[in-house]
Amino acid sequence: MKFTLSWLKSHLDTDATIAELSERLTMLGLEVEGIDDPAERLSGFITAHVVEATPHPNADRLRLCVVEDGQARYQVVCGAPNARAGIKVVLATPGVVIPATGDVLKKGMVRGIESQAMMCSARELGLGEDHNGIIELPGDTLLGVPLTQVLPCDPVFDIAITPNRADCLSVRGVARDLAASGMGRLKPLTVPKPESAFDSPIPAVIDLSDDSASACRLFAGRLFRGIANRESPDWLKARLSAIGVRPISALVDVTNYVANDLGQPLHVFDAARLKGRIGPRLARAGEELLALNGKTYALTEAMTVIADESGAQSLAGVMGGEDSGVTDATTEVFLESALFDPMRTAATGRALGLDSEARYRFERGVDPAMVIPALETAAAMILELCGGTASAMTVAGAVPEAGRDIIFRPSRVARLGGVEAEAQECQGFLDALGCRVTVQGPDSFLVQPPSWRADLEGEHDLVEEVLRLKGYDRIPELSMPRPEIARPVLTQKQRRDSFVLRALAARGLVQTVTWSFLPESQAALFGGIDAGLVLSNPISSDLSAMRPSLLPNLIAAAGRNADRGQKDPALFELGPQFEKPGEAGQKQIAAGVRQGRSGPRHWARPARPVDAFDAKADAIGAILATGAVAETSLQIAPGAAAWYHPGRSGTIKLGNKVLAWFGEVHPSVLAAMGVKGPLVAFELFLDALPLPKLRPTKAKALLKNSPFQPLERDFAFVLDAAVPAETLIRAARGADKALIADVALFDLYEGAHAGDGKKSLAIQVTLQPTDHTLTDAEIEAVGAKVVAAVAKATGGVLRG
Amino acid sequence: MTDPESIVRQAEADIAAAATPEALESLRVGLLGKKGAISLLMKELGGMSPEERKAAGPRLNAAKEAVQAALDARRGALDAAALDARLIRESIDVTLPVRPESEGRVHPITQTIDEVTAIFAQMGFAVAEGPDIEDDFHNFTALNFPPGHPARMMHDTFFFPEAEDGSRQLLRTHTSPVQVRTMLGTKPPIRIIAPGRTYRCDSDMTHTPMFHQVEGLVIDQATNMGHLKGCLIEFVRTYFEKDGVPVRFRPSFFPFTEPSVEVDIGCSRQGGELKIGEGSDWLEILGAGMVHPNVLKNCGIDPEIYQGFAFGMGIERIAMLKYGIPDLRTFFDSDLRWLRHYGFAALDVPTLAGGLTR
Repeated sequence: MKFTLSWLKSHLDTDATIAELSERLTMLGLEVEGIDDPAERLSGFITAHVVEATPHPNADRLRLCVVEDGQARYQVVCGAPNARAGIKVVLATPGVVIPATGDVLKKGMVRGIESQAMMCSARELGLGEDHNGIIELPGDTLLGVPLTQVLPCDPVFDIAITPNRADCLSVRGVARDLAASGMGRLKPLTVPKPESAFDSPIPAVIDLSDDSASACRLFAGRLFRGIANRESPDWLKARLSAIGVRPISALVDVTNYVANDLGQPLHVFDAARLKGRIGPRLARAGEELLALNGKTYALTEAMTVIADESGAQSLAGVMGGEDSGVTDATTEVFLESALFDPMRTAATGRALGLDSEARYRFERGVDPAMVIPALETAAAMILELCGGTASAMTVAGAVPEAGRDIIFRPSRVARLGGVEAEAQECQGFLDALGCRVTVQGPDSFLVQPPSWRADLEGEHDLVEEVLRLKGYDRIPELSMPRPEIARPVLTQKQRRDSFVLRALAARGLVQTVTWSFLPESQAALFGGIDAGLVLSNPISSDLSAMRPSLLPNLIAAAGRNADRGQKDPALFELGPQFEKPGEAGQKQIAAGVRQGRSGPRHWARPARPVDAFDAKADAIGAILATGAVAETSLQIAPGAAAWYHPGRSGTIKLGNKVLAWFGEVHPSVLAAMGVKGPLVAFELFLDALPLPKLRPTKAKALLKNSPFQPLERDFAFVLDAAVPAETLIRAARGADKALIADVALFDLYEGAHAGDGKKSLAIQVTLQPTDHTLTDAEIEAVGAKVVAAVAKATGGVLRG
Repeated sequence: MTDPESIVRQAEADIAAAATPEALESLRVGLLGKKGAISLLMKELGGMSPEERKAAGPRLNAAKEAVQAALDARRGALDAAALDARLIRESIDVTLPVRPESEGRVHPITQTIDEVTAIFAQMGFAVAEGPDIEDDFHNFTALNFPPGHPARMMHDTFFFPEAEDGSRQLLRTHTSPVQVRTMLGTKPPIRIIAPGRTYRCDSDMTHTPMFHQVEGLVIDQATNMGHLKGCLIEFVRTYFEKDGVPVRFRPSFFPFTEPSVEVDIGCSRQGGELKIGEGSDWLEILGAGMVHPNVLKNCGIDPEIYQGFAFGMGIERIAMLKYGIPDLRTFFDSDLRWLRHYGFAALDVPTLAGGLTR
């Protein structure tokens, strides 16, 4: 919402400065987004007159002028066709900033002749679009005075209006709110009473059933004859231009002016095009309308149109029709002012994708009591600017009764607002806002909000109004009362996620955050996505499906980084994936990818391609970081989801719960995504992880160190190549649970010496005696148990 | 008897001249071995008269000790020299680079959420969560957005296909549905923050279709706008780690709060550089307000008894302001150069005890 200072002052009696007004507007909730004060831009420009203008010796189109500002004479090269001796001009001397370009003016050479200053056009000064020539000031302009003293400099305010403050979508409304806050005095609104020369031959008729009566409660108009739709006077054009509205013709300009001045949108029909009567009705199925924007709209029965006997002439509250639009040649018009329903107007505009100033105001709600005064104000302006005569007003419907009573307890201001406000003070503020206040008791008012404040619905709204006018800065700042004992506020799941996240970062993976959505084609590579999880209105087809896995985005990100020359990316993300519609279908996942080599080339440790064990280590590292699972309780099974390499992937389980998948990503998935391998990945299903047990005490189990030395024995077994190593490790570990503290696999040999289809695995078994030093015989016995257990579980034999 | 002193003199000279442990050993054998010079003299003691033995015994013992001492001293010297020589042989080029280690990073969004959590935790706020896919009730209706209201349209909602009963799931446009779920599921007093992913159908220089918010909610019988101001001022000053950051509260509008405020912080934009906490400009940072009585009613809470405030802010926005990150869209690019530059070390866990930021 824009307005100029002088326009505001036509409604508000105030001596406040621009800065004071700006501060107050913002603190009233009418946030000032910008103030354009031409006086600031135009300081430095002075008036001058052209003494002499002769052709430039070296250029046909340029003129060589001598310009005087009363004190000095300047030689100015000028290309404007109207640069001639005797005119008064706007002069910029070196050092002045030209508003249109932001450049500092310097002396210069133009075609070999020095130009010591510059004469300016309206566009160069940011005063309009005119660039056909330099500005010609009135002949009686004094020389050498600042331009700001000669030109009217009207600062333009640009304020943001929140959706609830429809009443401030007019200059009058803004002035009213300022006055209510004590900034100036609101001038009384004088509603003119234009002379009625005849009765309108086209009467206003509301053609709505009881069901749809709310679509338009009031429809009024006047018919004008013998008018001339000429150009608007300068003051009107200047005000509209200042707020960014392009002047068109007197009739259009008047409606735009009144809409901005009083907040009531109006419409003018070419009366010669109207037949019979005019007024609102619901559109008929199949009905179409060619709107003023040149587009034809198919209407539905949910939309309201303004129609005459021949058909729809405009979309009520949204846009006029082309057929009955006014032109410069129009001499007979019908001026409409009406009250359209916010919801229906919004629905119509949205359904047709049609935005307009009128829709914007109607869907937020106009002041019902302003419909008639706005009509009369516009009518008087039309008569003044376009001549002709006006009919008597034709009115259908009536201003609806507001009839909204709110019980307001002044004590609620302190209770909700935290700042004391006496009943009397509250009453003062509510009065100032135009409310009718009846005091019913010491802490009870009956309040009727004014017609323009449909947003005041209940007591809490009035509390806000009192606080707003009192000033939010008057509310004391209170410290939040603290809990007596500080307790952790994160849930166990939140802590678990945090441990996993920071553990993965500590493992050298870089955390990223990617979209929750992805292309449907990529979802298909990762198990597909339920049709109920594909967006109806995606921002683009690349972001249309909810992700069934975190991997596609991570793989794509790794590929992008590799393409940028970022070698060997290692990325992870912690976030949701969407397996099926519904709340239970959203799962919390930690997933990561490593691509390329295990690290940079190094003199002591050659880099190798990343492999499934890197991903396995990441997954296990993340699981163990939660502190809720012991490594020995994890089981590893070969194979994972279909998007992994079937022979180079695995599943980490806890009992029968799948905790994670890891491995090389399937080469055909990488090929489909255009990303180069090797690329390994893991997906950790955080929701499947057990939570640490809540224990009544934080004390750890007592440490029992054995006084006897642990001892280590190595065994090498030859077994079938297909037997998983973990089977052997588990068998060895289980051989004597009391004595065997650890089993570590330290060698794998699959060469010719092991035999065809065989492999050799070597383990180190740690024995921890607890009550005496083991005898050789006892050690032998444990060794035999290990060999027997391994043989039983794997068919492996001790290597000779 | 050979003069033992002369043997010692000769031996001391030989021992001092011995260049290797082997030479030293053969000297020892020659002197103290079974047939060594001193050992042979010792054997002669047996054939001597008691008087002779009394005189010769101490002389021989002294000689033996002197030789042993000379041998030990020389062995020590030779060992030390050998060690010195070995250490010199073993020296390496310590300027060679160490074995590579890769350092991971924590994304600024996570770090910022952790910072915000740390600040509100000590004011007694718990962290609440909810699903990203929501229904109309939790995202709008319960929050006092009337159907068809322009404020609802301002949210640019992502929708899923219509179900058979005509209802449509949507991606939450704010984390306020978590507030609704909390109010429906717990009895006051309530103090929560709700960080999380949010979605709006908007994409340009300053908007991404997905972003993160943190919202807060306090419901009890006494919390008023003074607490709202105190709480948010404390947050702003703690988060930006600057004591005097000016904070301004101005009236605004949100369907779910009444009165509503927008919160600005003081800043300077001189020379195109944004500085928080100084200068005369204002920068909008968050929205807040007293929870609307309709919202309380929709969530089964009696607004005549309970009241409180809610607030919300963009995580990326406050991260950009604090850490000088210029472009919102880069948060979701997964560009390793960006992640390494703006990301945080794994061990940089923000705490109020140790400071939020290094």
